[in-house]
Amino acid sequence: MNNLLNRRDLLKLAGMGVAVFVSGTTVRAGGSSQKENESFYFVQLSDTHWGFSGPNINPDSQGTLKKAVAAVNALDERPDFVVFTGDLTQTSDDSRIRRDRMAEFRDIVSQLNVKTVRFMPGEHDASLDRGEAYQEFFGDLHYTFDHRGVHFISLDNVSDPSGSVGDKQLLWLQSDLKQMKKDARIVVLTHRPLFDLYPEWDWATRDGSAVIDVLLQHPNVTVLYGHIHQEHHHMTGHISHHAAKSVMWALPQPGSLPRKAPISWDPAEPYRDLGFRNVEAKVAEAQYEIEEFPIVRGQ
Amino acid sequence: MNMKRLITYTMMVGALTGISMVGRSTAREMRTDEQVVRITASTFQFQPSTITVKKGVPVTLELVSEDRHHGFKLADFHLRAEVKPGVVERIRFVPDKAGKFTFICDVFCGDGHEDMTGTLLVLEDSIRP
Repeated sequence: MNNLLNRRDLLKLAGMGVAVFVSGTTVRAGGSSQKENESFYFVQLSDTHWGFSGPNINPDSQGTLKKAVAAVNALDERPDFVVFTGDLTQTSDDSRIRRDRMAEFRDIVSQLNVKTVRFMPGEHDASLDRGEAYQEFFGDLHYTFDHRGVHFISLDNVSDPSGSVGDKQLLWLQSDLKQMKKDARIVVLTHRPLFDLYPEWDWATRDGSAVIDVLLQHPNVTVLYGHIHQEHHHMTGHISHHAAKSVMWALPQPGSLPRKAPISWDPAEPYRDLGFRNVEAKVAEAQYEIEEFPIVRGQ
Repeated sequence: MNMKRLITYTMMVGALTGISMVGRSTAREMRTDEQVVRITASTFQFQPSTITVKKGVPVTLELVSEDRHHGFKLADFHLRAEVKPGVVERIRFVPDKAGKFTFICDVFCGDGHEDMTGTLLVLEDSIRP
């Protein structure tokens, strides 16, 4: 394993308790033991935008999600579960089209060779009808689950079209965390960044600071999110926040251009900057290793 | 018209037009050179999409929606407002820096929401817009 790691382009993120591997090598540390407090890993996919059409942005919009599913299925070790962090579908004003896209998305990802797939909404899925269609297909807008010593909290900051969590959900979060031990291993899954990443591009959650204040009371919290269609890492106090790439199209770095717009498809490097990630949870150490994977090998 | 009748009349007009104000401006505080700009929001654009004002001169933005619920966010000046049909939302501020600033719709409004942006151009007071 060490030799394999040495071949990787390894980026250590000082103080984050996270190592990020930028590669596609699939041999991983950790066994397959089901004991609590031992390492396990899961896959995060984000911003699949099923239903999107834009030949200059992604001429393979009908095939990229299917390729991503195949890439996950081809991993050498099966993840414990897969989570989609929002914008499963491209939005539509037409509620029938919205539901058709959700049904098609669900059919495609049903081909994932894993026991458990978790979903959460993005604004494209839930903002126009406050999550009505989403709940018909994928269940609750926010929820928790526990897996091998880690408490996962899926937060909804999109079904309110203003991009807020809201007082009711905030109280729910406080109540949930009160039941947790102080040093509980907590992973928050959400769509939009909880901190003000770049409000000029609406890369924020309107009441995100209130959420972070609640989370700061626990020492072992990591946030995984999507929305910004690129890898990004940030600290708020001791909480680390990690944005995932999109499966469908990439966006520029925050503030790097006068206007936020999808990055054009490069025929010389198809699927560039698209991908998914493995997250290895080292439960005893309360640390996470993120390994980025391309949609197509060799990218 | 006595004073009581005048107040009643003013309240009725306010209720009928649905006018609301963000900030503390009143007619008495308005300067003669105050810049008043009406911005109409609709899917998926602001009209006008570029507004030009002078630094140091108060600006009142009158925001209205032609169709659905939108938002207006001008992050560089820490300004935002809900923009809903049937309501004129007013934001009054004094631009204290010159430059080019982007405003956006920050209430997700559909497929095209991401394109719903505009530009505030603030010129030095000595330059005529």
